[in-house]
Amino acid sequence: MYFNAIAKVIAERTDVEVSSIKPESTFAELGIDSLDTVELLMSLEDEIGVEIELDRKVETVGDLDKFIQSKVQG
Amino acid sequence: MLNGKTAVVTGGSRGIGAAIAYKLASMGADVAVIYAGNRDAAESVCEKCKEDFGVKARSYVCDVADFTAVKDTAAKIKEDFGALHILVNNAGVTRDGLAAMMKEEDFDRVVDTNLKGAFNMIRHCIPLFLRSREGCIINISSVSGLIGNAGQCNYSASKAGLIGLTKSVAKEYAAKGIRCNAIAPGFIRTDMTEAHSDNPLLAMIPLGRMGEAEEVADAAAYLAEARYVTGEVLRVDGGIAM
Repeated sequence: MYFNAIAKVIAERTDVEVSSIKPESTFAELGIDSLDTVELLMSLEDEIGVEIELDRKVETVGDLDKFIQSKVQG
Repeated sequence: MLNGKTAVVTGGSRGIGAAIAYKLASMGADVAVIYAGNRDAAESVCEKCKEDFGVKARSYVCDVADFTAVKDTAAKIKEDFGALHILVNNAGVTRDGLAAMMKEEDFDRVVDTNLKGAFNMIRHCIPLFLRSREGCIINISSVSGLIGNAGQCNYSASKAGLIGLTKSVAKEYAAKGIRCNAIAPGFIRTDMTEAHSDNPLLAMIPLGRMGEAEEVADAAAYLAEARYVTGEVLRVDGGIAM
């Protein structure tokens, strides 16, 4: 589970409170566009110490969490 | 000045690439020189940059057409220099011939190195630029890409492709402080243009002579500092493609 780390990084980059970020929250409604996602991932790499190579679009925070989990396990 | 900045130059062991690496170093930039085969030449460019300007300089062997090799090289540069601010995609090859007789592998090799090589570098350097919150990409295109050149359909296609790549990347990353421009050199006196020294086109250069690699490097130096310029194609061609 990387949800907490993702929520923390999003909260740092936006005005959104950690408590209001849910797994089903979409990046669009959090005010994060696809280009911002690239930067968000880099902050996340620093936070969790795992290299993330995002090679497809993810819509929600939960999707990103699952994507990272699959990469880390793989 | 470029003190504290790091520049990576592909095809930096000789010709235009070596001149650009040397010029950026003269402005204070640390330089990472990427070369395909000529280790001694690349090392000597680095030595000159270090001795003359006291900057950090290192060479890296890498075939820019190889996506994974570029990824590994970008990671090494990040490790060695800590950050990256300027990328000059200069690596280029020619395999001239008439379209009707051109081998498939000659077309592919030229496009793979000149065009896909630039993409590979951009792909793996942009994350470093985003971390630095700035970036400057300079793609070395060619007047061949603007006006075509008989016997160079592969080269012209790759160089025209670089212009589309330049403009798309410029639009995509402008909001992140990353600029992307191209230089279109004309006939520049290098090993690559030796075969063209009797080309009748030379007589049609308005400025009446071939260009020097240092004159292309001056254009790169300008673009490295031109903070309000992005998506531009700067001809350095003695006027031949106007």
